[in-house]
This record gives sequence, structure tokens and C-alpha cells, in this order.
Amino acid sequence: MPGQSVGVVESQRANFDQPLHLRSGGILPAYDLVFETYGTLNAAKSNAILVCHALSGHHHVAGIYADQPDNIGWWDNIIGPGRPLDTDKFFIVGLNNLGGCHGSTGPSSINPATGKPWGANFPIVAVNDWVHAQARLADRLGIDSWAAVMGGSLGGMQALRWSITYPERVRNAIVIAAAPKLSAQNIAFNDVARQAILTDPEFHGGNYYEFNTRPVRGLRLARMLGHITYLSDDQMGEKFGRELRNSAFSFGFDVEFEVESYLRYQGDKFAGYFDANTYLLMTKALDYFDPSREDNGNLNATMARSKANFLIASFTTDWRFTPARSKEIVSALLANGRNVSYAEIDLNFGHDSFLMEDAHYHGVVDAYLRNIKL
Amino acid sequence: MTHTLGRPDFELIAGWIEPGHRVLDLGCGDGTLLKHLIDQRGVKGVGVEIDDANVLAAIKNGINVIQGNLERGLDEFADQAFDHVVLSRTLQTVRHTEGILREMLRVGREAVVSFPNFAYWKNLRSVLDGRMPVSEDLPYQWYDSPNVRFFTLLDFEALCDKMGLIIRERSVLDEEGNPVTSEANFLGSLAVYRLTQNR
Repeated sequence: MPGQSVGVVESQRANFDQPLHLRSGGILPAYDLVFETYGTLNAAKSNAILVCHALSGHHHVAGIYADQPDNIGWWDNIIGPGRPLDTDKFFIVGLNNLGGCHGSTGPSSINPATGKPWGANFPIVAVNDWVHAQARLADRLGIDSWAAVMGGSLGGMQALRWSITYPERVRNAIVIAAAPKLSAQNIAFNDVARQAILTDPEFHGGNYYEFNTRPVRGLRLARMLGHITYLSDDQMGEKFGRELRNSAFSFGFDVEFEVESYLRYQGDKFAGYFDANTYLLMTKALDYFDPSREDNGNLNATMARSKANFLIASFTTDWRFTPARSKEIVSALLANGRNVSYAEIDLNFGHDSFLMEDAHYHGVVDAYLRNIKL
Repeated sequence: MTHTLGRPDFELIAGWIEPGHRVLDLGCGDGTLLKHLIDQRGVKGVGVEIDDANVLAAIKNGINVIQGNLERGLDEFADQAFDHVVLSRTLQTVRHTEGILREMLRVGREAVVSFPNFAYWKNLRSVLDGRMPVSEDLPYQWYDSPNVRFFTLLDFEALCDKMGLIIRERSVLDEEGNPVTSEANFLGSLAVYRLTQNR
């Protein structure tokens, strides 16, 4: 792998005491955002890149913690000296979004009004709310305009939303494995995931914290379902095929096929640390995402408000947000004469491809970012 | 195929494109032509390219490039979005010949098409000698050629006539890139056309 990791990093916390009015009508009177930064903000404050996370991501994007050398950031492979998000050139900011469960204010945080966890009372947050909260973090860091806002999947949607909400504050938007809005099938998958959580007897209407329990079974099922949609059929076939854990059928309902074992392991692992209310919020943010709604569904009109240059990338085996979905964004940008490049990357890892290290994929991001003038 | 600087059809194409025009280059390679047009003529340009390495090279060149397959049409482009749509030495590699020509004139006011002439006398002589031609403008062996359509100037002009396309201008070059003024179908190795729709 060319380049190096950023090495040991530390997370920071910023408190915001001005109320945030949310898309849902709710108000967050005050909130915390946890974030990390890599590299150095230049004197002109022109070299900052915001990396937005997807459904289950957080602020620990790159590097390791001094006391947790195995806790590697979720997009470490693309960030660091000599890597595409080159910390010798750029100042990288990653944060945990509102509603998250990694330190920023979310359903598991204490609601100062009640002294108890927010739980079901935490307001529904939309992608645009995150963008507004991120803008306040940018203000705090003294960043008037981002050299780039970047993300994959739901993170890419935030980059897209940034370019529409704050056109003057985004010089480049890098939108990877995303879509301008979810399809019926996308929403359907999300709803099955939510139903798994909502119908778990341990959910307690979202206030499970007070009962010292967690809807682990529902969250586990939600993750298993989600995980299937992140992988490609080919990749699952190659990785697991019809391999059995034992050589013969056991004619029962215990784990038999390797793919079952894998999914259950992934589900257990995720359910062990992730917050179910956050999962519900993140999937709703996905479902509601549709910037063109402000223009009666006319995405061309919506993208007319953007001023950024764009790099759009999709993956051939991504059936969650297919290349055709990315091309809807490309088409709307072309219709407005925006600078846009589009790469359709042939990687076998389905939707999860955006997190993978691949010479061509990273080469494209690297080439695009190296041409950015600060 | 990758564009190389100084290709004679590039100079011709550049000469036909006015400063500030919107240009779409289909099969843009590493973006050399577009970069030339942007730097020298101040055009606003977009390229379409299928090959990964070329897409990467075009991005490195700072060109707006859309990865895509010309055989599948130009759906992402709106009607009449461009002044010129360029297809340089690529038509012979496209199976849906009529489809791409119609798409070019749907998204652009004018199509600029260059292609190697299979009736060039050296090509004919090569076939008479029993071998498929390999030349400056047909630089492939039969077994590794990306070309799927083999046609001549006269063939192309007959197709334009059938499709109702107007040939606004034609330039024919020999293998050295010098203009050919007579017996074009026999002496020309490469042809460049400006086409518009019959309206």
C-alpha cells in the first residue's frame, strides 16, 4: 500500500449551545459533536476536507488510538501521508453525526431536561440537519469553505447535500456509491430492519436504557439483513458458496452453511456495540433523503444550486445503490454544465466496495484530489 | 484508443471549433484533445471514455470525464447540450453505428467524426497481397483490433445520405497527415467530417 497511516490520533469534543432546528420540526437545544482531525489546517484555511460517515460509521476515520492500537479508523486505507487524502496536503475532519452512538449527542445521551437518556424522545434527524451541524463545526474550526466534502453511501449523500445547502462552502464534492434518493426497494429493506428492532420485546418503545436492556435480537437481525445488501452475490458465492461448517447436512436450524455463520457473527458483533435507536434514525435519514423534493422531484433544478466541482464514483457490483443511481446525479450535474467526472469502478465487493483498498479506485480519488488547487 | 498530441485530425477538429463552445469528446482517451481545446480554444469540454486507465489519465489531466459505454447511448446527456460532439477514430469500434450517430446529433448541434478509410490504396494493396492492412491509421493486427466495422469514405457518405445527415465539411488526410484533394477514397488514409441533422 502506498503512503502511510496517520498513526496515533485523538478524538475531540465540541459543545454547541445554540439550538438546532431540525427538518422534522424538532429542536435540539444543545448538543455535542465528537470529531477527529488529521493533517494541519493551512494559514489560508483552504485545505480542509470533510469526510462524512455512512450508516454505522463515526468520527474515528483514520489512524489508531495510543491505548487501542487495534482500533483502526474505518477509512484508514485512504487517509494519510502519500495516500489519496494526503495529510501532507490536506486537513481532514471526520465527525460522528447527531443521533449517533459514538459520542455525539444521540438517543443514548442524557437529555438534560429529564436527566435520563433521550431514547424515543430523540428527534428524527435528516441528512440536511447533519449538514447544518457540520457547518457549525466548520465555523468552530474556522473553515469557511471545504476544499472537498466527501463520503460513501449515506456519507456521499451528505456531500451531495452540502453542495446544495451550502454551495459557497464546498469547492469539491466527492460522492461515492450513493444515490440522489432511495428506491422503494431500498426503503423496503430499511423498513424490515426497523421492524426487527421495533418488534423486539426488549425495545420498550425506544426507552430500553431505563430497563437496563437492549433490543439485541432485533438489531442483530437488522444488521444481518443490511449486511446482505452490502455484499455482491458473486462475492458471497466466492467467499462462502454452499460450504458447510461440517461435511454433512444436519437437518436442523443451527448454523450449517458458512454464510449463516458469517452473517450471525457480523450481526452479533454489531449488536454488541451499536445502539438500536441510532440504527432506526440512520435508516430514516436515508429514507427521507431526497434533495429534489424541494424542486418537485426535478433534480436538475436542485443541482442548479450547487457550485462545486464533482467526482462521482460507483461500483459495478453495487446493487444497493447501482451505477445507474450515481448516473442520475451525473446527469443532473451535466445538465447544469457543472464540472463533473464519473468513474464506474469494477470491484467485486458490492456496496462495501467503497471501503476497500483498490489501486484503480484509490488512483481515481488520488488523481482528482491532487488537481485541487488550494 | 489513446490520443497522441499532434495527431493531424486533432488540428483539423480544433480548427472547426470556436472558442467558448461546448464540446463532448466521445472516446476521449486520456483527454489530450479536450485539454488542447480547453487550453487553446477556451472551450467547455466533457469526455466519455470506457477504459479504466484512460478515465484515470483523463482525471489526472484535469478533464471532465464520464465513464461509459458508447454502445449504450448517451442517456446522461440532454438534447442539444453541446455545440460539437467529437468521435475521433472511434466510429469503427462501435457496433451500433447508426445509433451513435443519431445520439451525437441528439446531444449536439454538430457531429465531428474521424475514421480510418479502409479503401486507402495501401490498405487495398495489403489485402491484394493477402494480408489485412496495418498502417499508421489502422495500427492493429486483425486478432487484437478493437475495430468491428470496416468501411470507406463512400460507404460512410452513403450512410449519411440514408440517415438524412448533412455533410457540412470533409477533410481527407494521407498517412503522413497531408491533405488529400483528389481521389479521396483511394488516396485518403483518414477522413474527418462535420455533420449536422437535416432539419
